[in-house]
Amino acid sequence: MDSRRLPRTVIDPKVRLVGFFTSGDPPPARFNPNTADATAATAAAISSSSQNSDINLTGNSLSPVMIPPLRRMSPRRCDEMQMPIGSYNPSESLLGTSPSRRGINGPDFSEVATSAWLGISGSMKAAASFPGSSGEMMMVGKNGGNALVKNMDTTELAAKTVPGVTEKDGGTLTDMKNEGAGTVRHQKQMTTRAERRAIQEAQRASKAAAMMDGKGGKSIASTGGGAPSISNQEKVLKQSQKKDGPQETGATSEKKVSRNPDKDRKKDIPQPRMQFDDKNRVEKAKRRAVVNQFEARNRVELFRHLPQYEHGPQLPYLESKFFHLDNIHPSVYKVGLKYLSGTITGGNARCQEMLLAFREAIIDYSTPPEKVLVRDLTSKIGSYVSFLIECRPLSVSMGNAIRFLKNRVAKLHHNVSESEAKSRLISDVDRFINEKIIVADQIIVQHAVTKIRDGDVLLIYGYSTVVEMILLHAHEQGKQFRVMVVDSRPKLEGKILLRKLVMKGLSCTYTHINAISYVMHEVKCVFLGASAILSNGTVFSRVGTACIAMVAHAFRVPVLICCEAYKFHERVQLDSICSNELGNPDVISNVPGKEDVNHLANWADHKNLQLLNLFYDATPSDYVSMIVTEHGMVPPTSVPVIVREYGKDQFIF
Amino acid sequence: MPDVQTLVNDFVLKLKRRKIEGSQASAKQTAELLRSVVSQQRLPYINQATVLLDAVRAVGEQLIAANPVELAVGNIVRRILHIIREEDLTSTASAMEGLSLSANSDDDDNYEREDHQALSAAAVAAAARSTLRAPSLQTLLEGIPESASAPHPSSSGGDSEGKSKSAERSSRSKKLKHDVIEAINELIQDIETCHEQISEQAVGLIHQNEVILTLGRSRTVKEFLCAANEKKRSFRVFIAEGAPRYLGHVLAKELVAKGLQTTVITDSAVFAMISRVNMVIVGAHAIMANGGVIAPVGINMVALAAQRHAVPFVVVAGSHKLCPLYPHNPEVLLNDFKSPSDLLDFGEFSDCMDFSTSGGSPRLHVVNPAFDFIPSKLVSLFITDTGGHSPSYIYRLIADYYSADDFVVRRRSTTS
Repeated sequence: MDSRRLPRTVIDPKVRLVGFFTSGDPPPARFNPNTADATAATAAAISSSSQNSDINLTGNSLSPVMIPPLRRMSPRRCDEMQMPIGSYNPSESLLGTSPSRRGINGPDFSEVATSAWLGISGSMKAAASFPGSSGEMMMVGKNGGNALVKNMDTTELAAKTVPGVTEKDGGTLTDMKNEGAGTVRHQKQMTTRAERRAIQEAQRASKAAAMMDGKGGKSIASTGGGAPSISNQEKVLKQSQKKDGPQETGATSEKKVSRNPDKDRKKDIPQPRMQFDDKNRVEKAKRRAVVNQFEARNRVELFRHLPQYEHGPQLPYLESKFFHLDNIHPSVYKVGLKYLSGTITGGNARCQEMLLAFREAIIDYSTPPEKVLVRDLTSKIGSYVSFLIECRPLSVSMGNAIRFLKNRVAKLHHNVSESEAKSRLISDVDRFINEKIIVADQIIVQHAVTKIRDGDVLLIYGYSTVVEMILLHAHEQGKQFRVMVVDSRPKLEGKILLRKLVMKGLSCTYTHINAISYVMHEVKCVFLGASAILSNGTVFSRVGTACIAMVAHAFRVPVLICCEAYKFHERVQLDSICSNELGNPDVISNVPGKEDVNHLANWADHKNLQLLNLFYDATPSDYVSMIVTEHGMVPPTSVPVIVREYGKDQFIF
Repeated sequence: MPDVQTLVNDFVLKLKRRKIEGSQASAKQTAELLRSVVSQQRLPYINQATVLLDAVRAVGEQLIAANPVELAVGNIVRRILHIIREEDLTSTASAMEGLSLSANSDDDDNYEREDHQALSAAAVAAAARSTLRAPSLQTLLEGIPESASAPHPSSSGGDSEGKSKSAERSSRSKKLKHDVIEAINELIQDIETCHEQISEQAVGLIHQNEVILTLGRSRTVKEFLCAANEKKRSFRVFIAEGAPRYLGHVLAKELVAKGLQTTVITDSAVFAMISRVNMVIVGAHAIMANGGVIAPVGINMVALAAQRHAVPFVVVAGSHKLCPLYPHNPEVLLNDFKSPSDLLDFGEFSDCMDFSTSGGSPRLHVVNPAFDFIPSKLVSLFITDTGGHSPSYIYRLIADYYSADDFVVRRRSTTS
């Protein structure tokens, strides 16, 4: 096994930035006590040299793609760490239940003194030279660490060694985060790492070929590892830790949670969307509606299931109604009006504004007498949401955020005081905004920037905030590249982005979507944003994205979709028609800045003429080369995996 | 002939300034101009065809150079060169006919048949060689009766030709020019009526409740759709507006006036809608010899989307758009670039330009190409005025309209 896998640990990182990988498993002999004994002798000799390479190895092997984390070694190592800890209760720990916990190295353990084992496992944790172990390492360091220490104390097993180890863990983590490359600060840790290294060296000595490979790779690795890339990968590491959590705790947490899982699943299935070709329901909805909607005159037959309203008169109507709508919180009202007028667009901005409005509403909320906070607040939020839907249909990102918030409200305990509940909810909202949007964007930027090289020509479409951040960040790093800004009617969002980029000093080329086949010849890479990514890998994004991706695919240009994981959804969609949003058709008939194009001036008078202003389209997954999320860079086929693995913790934490 | 020269100069200027738009207009005007060139050309008694060819070629070269992207001009020049060659050939053949009829009258019938069969092939080959025309089924069919009756002169070739020419010199000198002008008139007629001939095929291709998508505006497409509508077919049309010229709006207005169910969509929504479309019908700027199409910008995107959803992609074009050239890098070499003001107003980014020019080259470029190239594999069918053709057949169609000698107009004229 190791002869095959060993060279893999030192492969040049550039080769395997994309896609799945199985990181090199540490040779099993490492756990052999005999070799462990031998470590002390060789430790000092190799320590200095091995440390550097170790850390570089860590940096390199932590490819941005961490899904799935290696499963073969990690459970075993968890076992090894837990085996000596007799009283350790698996159900309480994140490390607890793993499917492959079948006592793999059971016999070995019985022979070994526990303290020695802990020492070795500790050293492994500290060294973190194995990419696969990094996730576990982090877990032990952060989550498991305390529990481990506690358990150690109670069981009185190797009381001295373990706290030392955990300390070292913490030290390593901070060390690596801060400085990336190895420092000589932690002498203790060095020796432990050296021990392990020595074992590895002894292993390698027996296999000449493998060693040759290893050295070649090592030299590349040590020269290639740069500080930013390591810090970047550190973040991935964090993510991988998160990801490992639910996988291994899945069983326990489900058992622990008293709810019936089926019930939960039922709840998770989204409500069927309103179909506007159903006359009865539309009538009902109209009676309930706050906003007075006027049906558009020339409706497109194919889209009768979607709301098609006149876009002119709602805004003044709503504005005039401002003082009559008591049940809507003013901040929510404000956001609704902004949606309606189109002041706020874009999935992130809309979601963020909505959450902030809800936050305000929660701050101002007080439970009416004879009502329960949980129920009342949920219904309040529900009414806000339906108001917002009337202003503009929800995006997937907003839907996910609302689901999260409602979940949090529902999970509030009955005996929690009102102020306590409110402050909890507010901190939840803040954390959602911070973790799912702001930090996620930063991580995405750091992933995506690695794909930009000097001399590249990058094509972008429309205005995506994440893509803008990526380009600006790459420009700040001093990368020389050109940007093709492709734009399309009627929104012409690209102009805004173009202005921002040109102001920052990037060299840009501007064109419209029809000329995409002409400009695609020189394009190296396409960066696109997304409104939502659906479980079948379909990318739901601003209209035209599918065209761009299709042409790029035809010209063999890679397409990178940059999207935060909170926009993922378990829904599936095959076309752009079943679920979409229709904009104001009037903007198609008049072309701003071109008075001579007025052939469709009074188009609504012709009953045979319809104008269709689609907002979104669905890009088939085979046009997408890669999706950049905060969890790494994944192929579109991995979307359901992310939805499954993160969907849980998105609403549980 | 100063008057012809001024006409030519006028036309060249118009082409250069892109005053003439659309291949049909430029094709028609080119043909009319060349007709007057031919009619005003004074012909000597011998080598009339060569003189005429040279004259047309000289003018043609100027016209092609004036707007090399407007391939219809070159097509018409080549068509007229081809016409002159054809007319020369037929007039020569008919002259031979007169001679050979008297010579062959006393021959044995049976023997004559066989002899004619054998010789006719040689005559056809000689005729083909003399015009350097690609051998074609049509010439074979047309050539057999003519050359079959003239076996002896064709075999005895050049020396007898001089004699026969001198015999009918006066009649032929007028006849060639007259025939050529007649043929050019026919060509102009063809260009004018190509829409009707194309739209006659509409009913056979559009069924009831069909959903058709098109991009921009092409007159041929408009006539095609209207013809189907007049025949009481009811179908709906999606029109992508075709930025940055927005001719789709014009087409939508015209079709609505005819009572067609029309929906205007943005260009970016093409992929979203193509899955519900039964057929894509677009016009073309030119059809290249390999079956590739040069069409208004954006159509390649439509073609790719159509291919993805297995929607038939039909190109309607008159035969004057058939170009005998094989494209090389057509996106760049056979493209026109329009004003960037179509996309960005000149004032709009002036504040950014102040410091963006500091590095020497400006930081902001605007690309506004006029044409797309659609490779032949994306095209399902060509509808021309001679019927429907598959892309792989286009090279063959071209051999009917052009002689291989004229493919490069310039080289010939510079050497002569």
